Amino acid sequence: MRVEIKNLSKAWDGVVGADNINLDISDGDLVAFLGPSGCGKTTTLLMVAGIYKPSGGTISFDGQVVNEVAPKDRGIGMVFQSYALYPHMSVFGNISYPLKLQKVDKAGIKQRVQKVADMMGIGDLLDRKIAQLSGGQQQRVSLGRALVKEPQLLLFDEPLSNLDARLRLTMRGEIKRLQSDLGITSIYVTHDQVEAMTMADKIAVMSKGVLQAYDVPEALYDRPKTLFVAGFVGNPPMNFLDVEVTGSDGEFRARSEAIDLVLPPDRAEKAAAIKGKVAMGLRPEDVDLVSDASPGAAGLTLGGMVEGVEPLGREDLVGVSINGVEMRVLVDKTKGVKVGDNIELAVDTSKIQLFDKETEQSLLWA
Amino acid sequence: MTTTEIAPPLPPVGLLPKAREKMGRRFAYGFLILSILPILVGYAWLIIATVSFRTEGLLPRNAEGGIGGFTLRNWDFVTDAAIWNAMFNSLLIALAMVIGVGIASTAGGYALSRMKFAGRKGFLSMTLVLHAFKAEMLLIAIFFVLRWLGDIPIIGNFIGFNSVGGVALVMIALELPLGIWLMKGFFDNLAWDMERAALIDGASRFRVWWQIMLPQVRPGLAALSLFTFIAGWNAYLVPFTFTIGTKVANMPVFLNQLISDTAPTNWNQVAAVGLFQMIPLLIFFIFTQELLLNIYAGGSKGS
Ligand SMILES: Nc1ncnc2c1ncn2[C@@H]1O[C@H](COP(=O)(O)OP(=O)(O)OP(=O)(O)O)[C@@H](O)[C@H]1O
Ligand SMILES: [Mg+2]
Repeated sequence: MRVEIKNLSKAWDGVVGADNINLDISDGDLVAFLGPSGCGKTTTLLMVAGIYKPSGGTISFDGQVVNEVAPKDRGIGMVFQSYALYPHMSVFGNISYPLKLQKVDKAGIKQRVQKVADMMGIGDLLDRKIAQLSGGQQQRVSLGRALVKEPQLLLFDEPLSNLDARLRLTMRGEIKRLQSDLGITSIYVTHDQVEAMTMADKIAVMSKGVLQAYDVPEALYDRPKTLFVAGFVGNPPMNFLDVEVTGSDGEFRARSEAIDLVLPPDRAEKAAAIKGKVAMGLRPEDVDLVSDASPGAAGLTLGGMVEGVEPLGREDLVGVSINGVEMRVLVDKTKGVKVGDNIELAVDTSKIQLFDKETEQSLLWA
Repeated sequence: MTTTEIAPPLPPVGLLPKAREKMGRRFAYGFLILSILPILVGYAWLIIATVSFRTEGLLPRNAEGGIGGFTLRNWDFVTDAAIWNAMFNSLLIALAMVIGVGIASTAGGYALSRMKFAGRKGFLSMTLVLHAFKAEMLLIAIFFVLRWLGDIPIIGNFIGFNSVGGVALVMIALELPLGIWLMKGFFDNLAWDMERAALIDGASRFRVWWQIMLPQVRPGLAALSLFTFIAGWNAYLVPFTFTIGTKVANMPVFLNQLISDTAPTNWNQVAAVGLFQMIPLLIFFIFTQELLLNIYAGGSKGS
């Protein structure tokens, strides 16, 4: 089902939950709503579900405006962070509830519930009470209840954030597989950007009720259009340095008290036109430790002292002070970087991002 | 690895710790027993009095003034139809209250907790204020209301002045502020998500209330029903004021009628009727003890 959201807003006397959201979701896509706590993800989702009435704007399913359609008539299934199961009913009672309300006959209910439960791997738990299930099993029941009525649109509100890290990983894969197998259009709310990056066909990044960006994951990562998106997408987050970009004779440089880097012309041109400082973004993974074996080219390196080392397993997250400016970079563990070391970093300047500090818009992709 | 040091036990001061603990427990029990003694004595007197000819303090006396005088004469009233009628009326009032207060409180509490409507805030504070008015202050006004209700053809006979229905109606009204507030509190504690899930699953708002929310507040409803039943069973002031004669009297009013102004009162018989009135409640308590403990200890169980 195609979902179109036009100029959608929600406000409660003074408090803004969602502000003029515009979004097109193609049939069969999984779209992630990503953003920090309180940015309006749940608010937007509940408007799509029909639980909240929009203060303005429209929501259309397959071209049909559904603003006035009751939740039960929208053909949606929803999975909540709190699972929202009915504790006084058994697993069977929970999954069969939507079908009972649709007046499906007894045999049909039984067969469909069993099918969905088997699909979710909880086929042998149907007689259990909800309180007798683990968190992961409860979330499967909740997913089963959402799927059993064969909805046109699936809504997820942080369904995995109450599960432990390992289970989250498994469930993430399962949900994605189910969703693409069944081809159900889905909206998936999360504040975990790894979840969004790995599961979503497109990501809607939100902040303070405003839709900041809506694009495929790679685009958000490689070509962030705003400072917020650049800082929010990617883990560990992007480093930002205040620099002045100047160009003369086709050579562009990014300068500040701390650094002096040569930038590729195609990246720097627009920034050079700006008088004063711009924000330069550099991802922690876009640097390499300079060694005798791989020396850095002149004007493409930064030198600094190591102030902290966080082992992440395969790599170390190293905090470096470059003439007083803090940066965090990822360094191969085998390099054995220690606190107090003086290191030299080769910067992949072809991956550098530049932003106008006033408008917070990209000077590359806007 | 660090070595763990075990702190040496403190040297005993005066008594050994075990003995001290024993002393402490004895003291606690002694205090508790002492403080409930007056009540225990009261109940002891009540029970002794019901089977005695006459009592002097806790001592039963016979006609000659000696110890003894065991008699079942005080219980003769159980063969009297009037007391069974009073008991039936008591039961009717209490049950009507449980049903009326239960329905109105759960519906009203849900609406006040979950819905937005004009005057909601005002209504909430009004009910609290009204609850502060004691029933005594309203008796005369209620009298006129009941007289007026009694003038309505046909149904007036059931809910007007001097009818069990009228008494129940007044008692329900007096109990409602507390009930609504109590149930609103229980609904306030429920998460919205379950309700939203049910709405999406296809339930109407009424069905959500009935099938999804009500089962979650069952412990609260049970507690409210119990309080209401006791309040109805023991109701005295309202039935006494708005009923005349024995036909519509409930137990407490019947008890009062035994204490006549003109003839000397047989206190032992009054005690027996009092005990008789308590018996249904006692039986009820014995059978629901476990359930009640659950309500207070666990609140809503499960997740
Ligand atoms: N019923 C409501 N009444 C008033 N304000 C609300 C209501 N629901 C949400 N808000 C406000 O709207 C804003 C967005 O809330 P929302 O629940 O959509 O955030 P969220 O992105 O889902 O955050 P989280 O990740 O913490 O769940 C918040 O500032 C919140 O306080
Ligand atoms: Mg939320």
